[in-house]
Amino acid sequence: MEYYDKDEEIERLTESLKNSKKSDFEFYDTIEPIYSTGKGLNRKTVEEISDIKKEPGWMRESRLKALDIFLSKPMPTWGPDLSGINFDNLTYYTRPGENKAKSWDDVDPKIKDTFTKLGIPAMEQKYLAGSVAQYDSEGVYGSLRKEWESKGVIFTDLDTAVQKYPDLVKEYYCKAIPPSDNKFAALNGAVWSGGSFLYVPKNVHIDLPLQTYFRMNGEQSGQFEHTIVIADEGASVHYIEGCTAPRYNTSSLHTAIVEIYARKNSNVKYTSVQNWSDSVYNLPVKRAWVDEGAHMDWVTGELGSKVTMIYPSSYLRGKGASTSNLQITLATKGTFKDAGGKAIHLAPDTTSRIVSKSISLDDGLTAYRGLVRMNEGASRAKSHVQCDALLINNDSKNYTYPFDEIYEPTAEFSHEATVGKIGTDELTYMRSRGLSEDEASSMIVLGFMDDIMKEIPMEFAVEMNRLVKLEMSKMGAVG
Amino acid sequence: MTNTVLEIKNLKVSVEGKEILKGVDLTIKSGEIHALMGPNGAGKSTLGQTLVGHPNYKITGGKILINGRDLTNAYPEERAKAGLFLAFQSPIAIPGVKISTFLRTAYNDLYPNEKMSLRDFFNMVKTAMNDLEMNESFISRAINDGFSGGERKRFEVLQMIVLKPKIAILDEIDSGLDVDALKLVSAEIKKLHDQNIGFLVITHYQRILKDIIPEFVHVLKDGKIVMNGNKEVSDKIEEEGYEWIKE
Ligand SMILES: Nc1ncnc2c1ncn2[C@@H]1O[C@H](COP(=O)(O)OP(=O)(O)OP(=O)(O)O)[C@@H](O)[C@H]1O
Ligand SMILES: [Mg+2]
Repeated sequence: MEYYDKDEEIERLTESLKNSKKSDFEFYDTIEPIYSTGKGLNRKTVEEISDIKKEPGWMRESRLKALDIFLSKPMPTWGPDLSGINFDNLTYYTRPGENKAKSWDDVDPKIKDTFTKLGIPAMEQKYLAGSVAQYDSEGVYGSLRKEWESKGVIFTDLDTAVQKYPDLVKEYYCKAIPPSDNKFAALNGAVWSGGSFLYVPKNVHIDLPLQTYFRMNGEQSGQFEHTIVIADEGASVHYIEGCTAPRYNTSSLHTAIVEIYARKNSNVKYTSVQNWSDSVYNLPVKRAWVDEGAHMDWVTGELGSKVTMIYPSSYLRGKGASTSNLQITLATKGTFKDAGGKAIHLAPDTTSRIVSKSISLDDGLTAYRGLVRMNEGASRAKSHVQCDALLINNDSKNYTYPFDEIYEPTAEFSHEATVGKIGTDELTYMRSRGLSEDEASSMIVLGFMDDIMKEIPMEFAVEMNRLVKLEMSKMGAVG
Repeated sequence: MTNTVLEIKNLKVSVEGKEILKGVDLTIKSGEIHALMGPNGAGKSTLGQTLVGHPNYKITGGKILINGRDLTNAYPEERAKAGLFLAFQSPIAIPGVKISTFLRTAYNDLYPNEKMSLRDFFNMVKTAMNDLEMNESFISRAINDGFSGGERKRFEVLQMIVLKPKIAILDEIDSGLDVDALKLVSAEIKKLHDQNIGFLVITHYQRILKDIIPEFVHVLKDGKIVMNGNKEVSDKIEEEGYEWIKE
């Protein structure tokens, strides 16, 4: 049985989702927020957010500085069209309730209902060492198994961490991604709210993943969580993020920051699968500092949103640091996914591997935009980049913009790229055995992503499976 | 045992604007073995691809019927459901698509009412794999991906055994198989023949026809069937080639 157990399980779970309402992530809630800063962004908005959170002075100042940077930087024009974002019409902070619960029983029943529909409490029981749930701007639930708490692991929303562990937060906050980095990093720096703070002490190995789930409910709103993950020397941890939102006719904005610090000889895996509805602009900034002998794994699935720009980066700062970056992007009708991995080799014997698989359906557009930089002195550094694109229809498009900056003569670098279509011969072969066109084409698409599917947690594999099947069945004929 | 009839009536087929089949008539019934021979490029594989409904093979005239039901323009999966199966001459590789998932989906599509348990299904597959001396680990590999020529042929036969068609077209199933594998495959064909399956065996060689003796031998030349006979025809082709057969 061992050969097909996982596939069968995925298949079974996908089937069971078909018959339950759970498969519809785009449902609306009727929860009235207890507080909101209203539409628009100015100095007062930022001060208001800081006041509500009763933040220390350094954080308030950091926010205001970031706001100035945000206002002074132009919109980036080198990628997807962002003109649909109307900064004046967005609501930057929405508080769903007062409560930050440690037990699901204490979460506002309506909010709890939402997360139950999304399957979060069930998943927590089965697979997770800890779980944080965020609703609009605030963390509403957080838990960590006793075992890990007693070993000194910290897992909570960042707002709580700012209050409870100010020195630790201050040591890392915006070090890897300063607000000056780019316009959206600055925006997050000004209005951030929520996100997770995860600290794993030296030599602690957490065997089950920790997860944060982000739900954005408000219309024309923004979600700006800021997440910091620190694996101290010799520690290991797998951190997972999932996110969804209802569908609206007007645009919402998601601009997160994820900073990861993989200290000496540590091992960090970050998995995220976003399935935002296609009224969301998804423009997060994700970056890891990887120290000597440490390893950083990125596994990201970009399935939803109207526009996504995401380039998870690893700064390989110490000798022998390594990173792997696996990415799946799916561009459905009318959407643009601009994505890619970055590896910056700053030390000797550093290695990186970037694998990107992108799928365009209908007139969907995928772009691979990656960077490998090998600085002088990164002796014997090695990097391999592979990007494969699959175009389902004649209107589907893919662009590839690899940037390679190799300044070290002893470094090794290779790059492979393929662009393919679903072939008539493959389809006919499968259909001649009895499969419908939908089934055959979904299987080919899932097969195309197989390298990455193997690396992702079961729940995400199921979601991926479900989504591909749904999209293929919506589509009509391939070609 | 139910009986099935595949009727091919005056079938004309073009590929990329060029007429390849120029009016082919052939009737195959349950329990019959037909051999189809003919020189390279005669259109034998074209006939197979057309019968399973490959969209690049355009039917410009004639009909394909199974038990009187017109399947001339049916989708490939409808033909499969009607009991038709083609072992391809050059089976294509489909990276990432696991044989286990593929076979199970195909089986469930063909036999939606059977609801065979996972365990029973894979036991059935494994038994067939053992008969074909295929390593069980193939089940977790991707379709034909990295398979040798002979392994591809065995996998075609495996699919035939598992999916239990009523009429099977075997396009050069014998080429690429070593002597031992050919014996195994012939034995499987005989087993299925005993279960009343009808065969169209496309081949260039006598060898396979010694094991499975065809009742009917047809010769296709330049898109037309130029001779209908029995085992004597294939014997003579083995000796003398195709020159003696007039168009
Ligand atoms: N997809 C195609 N595109 C162009 N020409 C094709 C295609 N398929 C078949 N043909 C042409 O049709 C003719 C018949 O080919 P077919 O493969 O049916 O021959 P065959 O009888 O099976 O030959 P062989 O014994 O070599 O397998 C050949 O001239 C071939 O080149
Ligand atoms: Mg042929």
